[in-house]
Amino acid sequence: MAKSLGPVKRKFSPWTDPSATPFIRFENVTKTYGDFTAVDNLTLDIYEREFFSLLGPSGCGKTTLMRMLAGFEEPTSGRILLQGQDLAGVPPYRRPTNMMFQSYALFPHMTVEKNIAFGLEQDGLQKADIKARVEEMLKLVKLEPFAKRKPAQLSGGQRQRVALARSLAKQPKVLLLDEPLGALDRKLREETQFELMDIQHTLGLTFLIVTHDQEEAMTVSDRIAVMDKGVIVQVATPAEIYEAPNCRYVADFIGDINILEGKVTAEGGAPVSPGHPPVMTLVSEGLQIAVEQECPAAVGDAVAFAVRPEKVRISLDQPADTAVNAAHGEVWDIGYLGDFSVFLVKLDDGRIIRAAQANVSRLVDRPITYGDKVWLKWPLDAGLVLTR
Amino acid sequence: MKPGRFDSTVLTFCFAFLYLPIIILVVYSFNASKLVTVWGGFSLQWYRSLWSNESLMDAAWVTARVGVLSATIGTVLGTLAALTLVRFPRFPGRIPFTGMIYAPLVMPEVITGLSMLLLFVALDIDRGFWTVVIAHTTFTMCYVAIIVQSRLLTFDRSLEEAALDLGCPPVKTFFKITLPLILPAIVSGWMLAFTLSLDDLVIASFTTGPGATTLPIKIYSQVRLGVTPEINAVCTILIALVTTGVIIASISAKRAELRRIHDEHVALRGTS
Repeated sequence: MAKSLGPVKRKFSPWTDPSATPFIRFENVTKTYGDFTAVDNLTLDIYEREFFSLLGPSGCGKTTLMRMLAGFEEPTSGRILLQGQDLAGVPPYRRPTNMMFQSYALFPHMTVEKNIAFGLEQDGLQKADIKARVEEMLKLVKLEPFAKRKPAQLSGGQRQRVALARSLAKQPKVLLLDEPLGALDRKLREETQFELMDIQHTLGLTFLIVTHDQEEAMTVSDRIAVMDKGVIVQVATPAEIYEAPNCRYVADFIGDINILEGKVTAEGGAPVSPGHPPVMTLVSEGLQIAVEQECPAAVGDAVAFAVRPEKVRISLDQPADTAVNAAHGEVWDIGYLGDFSVFLVKLDDGRIIRAAQANVSRLVDRPITYGDKVWLKWPLDAGLVLTR
Repeated sequence: MKPGRFDSTVLTFCFAFLYLPIIILVVYSFNASKLVTVWGGFSLQWYRSLWSNESLMDAAWVTARVGVLSATIGTVLGTLAALTLVRFPRFPGRIPFTGMIYAPLVMPEVITGLSMLLLFVALDIDRGFWTVVIAHTTFTMCYVAIIVQSRLLTFDRSLEEAALDLGCPPVKTFFKITLPLILPAIVSGWMLAFTLSLDDLVIASFTTGPGATTLPIKIYSQVRLGVTPEINAVCTILIALVTTGVIIASISAKRAELRRIHDEHVALRGTS
């Protein structure tokens, strides 16, 4: 699935290198519209060749941030630097960024060819050079047979690729993608995600993508910035965001999660084996929970325990150890997703915990059904304790 | 549902009131008799005599020139006004500006004409061809502004942003992207402006002077002396011109629609 990109992407992590200079830098950027603060004192570094996502619900300021980089909006305060150069006052038509618009914004009165050539013509290139470059782009997005068509004569997926080709034609230093795949159906979207990654990797460009689709962000990005109400809540790799969210908002926004409120009862317990983090314990309405984690709070503090449904095991049989990290309840509802089934288990104390199970066997063989009394059990490293 | 007897009666009367006079006018323009109400056989003599009627031909020529000039100037100004209204949601004096754009649409023509007359007299401008052009420009530009404005309201601004983003400066963006896309609205604005100028009697008669008699003024003054078959002929030609215009407009609209449907089919086939 991930083709050859997987291992290559793993090795790419300039943000962990303190000597690396950021390619794009948002420095204390604030944007207000009247009383409304769209972006609030935001600082963010993006590195060269990075595939960076701005992820958040609508109205969180992610699009505003991108439009400020493109030059369509000026920050109310703060600076935006590209390769160390302040972009303040540089109009959009002189910025080395290109944008792929959510609506694609293809010029309806021009053919596919003309659309792609538009940016190159503005640079005053030779006709032959433009032609060669347009052909190259058409080949890149596999649209050679459609060169003479008008945008109205293309399907949604083809239009999307024309928009991509047009924004790539000028070889921008940064390509900005505003919800680029929002209008495509699921299957096409998944295919296109991998194509995008491939193109980004081949051309070695920096991509900044704005999306509210967490799956999309997880699939394509080197790093994701999760935004909420004009601020960045967490910037990390997709795996970190998923496995180690730094607060309830991120945990809840990305994927499914069970959050159990509780109080710390002990910290710094002996690790299960050398090299592992210490064990801390907490209690959540009588449920004893132990977690392998440096305790982020003091004993007695209110915290939340967060665990992903797929890390909670569900069984009809009582586990050997029911004292910690175990709960008993009744199957209240089942969400069948095909590859996964999500069991909503109503605990004896009334709370609901989700447990997901991969459907490795055929339907008839699955023993757990509605109303069954079941046990939930999770290991020490399954979840994590959040203080925010 | 089938139309009832009442419905068809009302419909017949409405159409009769609308079109019967016009049909009678057209028919009598081919009348051989000089009497407008008596049929004397088919003839084209009134069209021939029209051709040699210099004062009528002069008036037609004046009207055409006034129409083209005022429609063109009015279209440029009206388009600019529409751009201002749509693109600048906040500027000092926006509300009075909007009001002044809309006012001529509801203002009685007599008042527009009279106030124009007073202005020209106060400024001591000799009335004639150019004063009519100015007067027609000022009232037709409002119609253009409104037509172009409604097109601009549905215009996707991201098209312009995309052009800017690709390195095209704002003025060039206007001419390469915005203008071609709003051109149909501008053209229909121009045609409406031209038509309005063509058949305006009131404003023109207030603002005209010696040597600049427009066709409506000429027709009106002749009719006061009695309807001649020649006037019928002029009117028939006017009707023919307007009808041709309307037919061309609707055919091109139909063609555009067919092309759109064709494009959709092509797009659909492209996916499979």
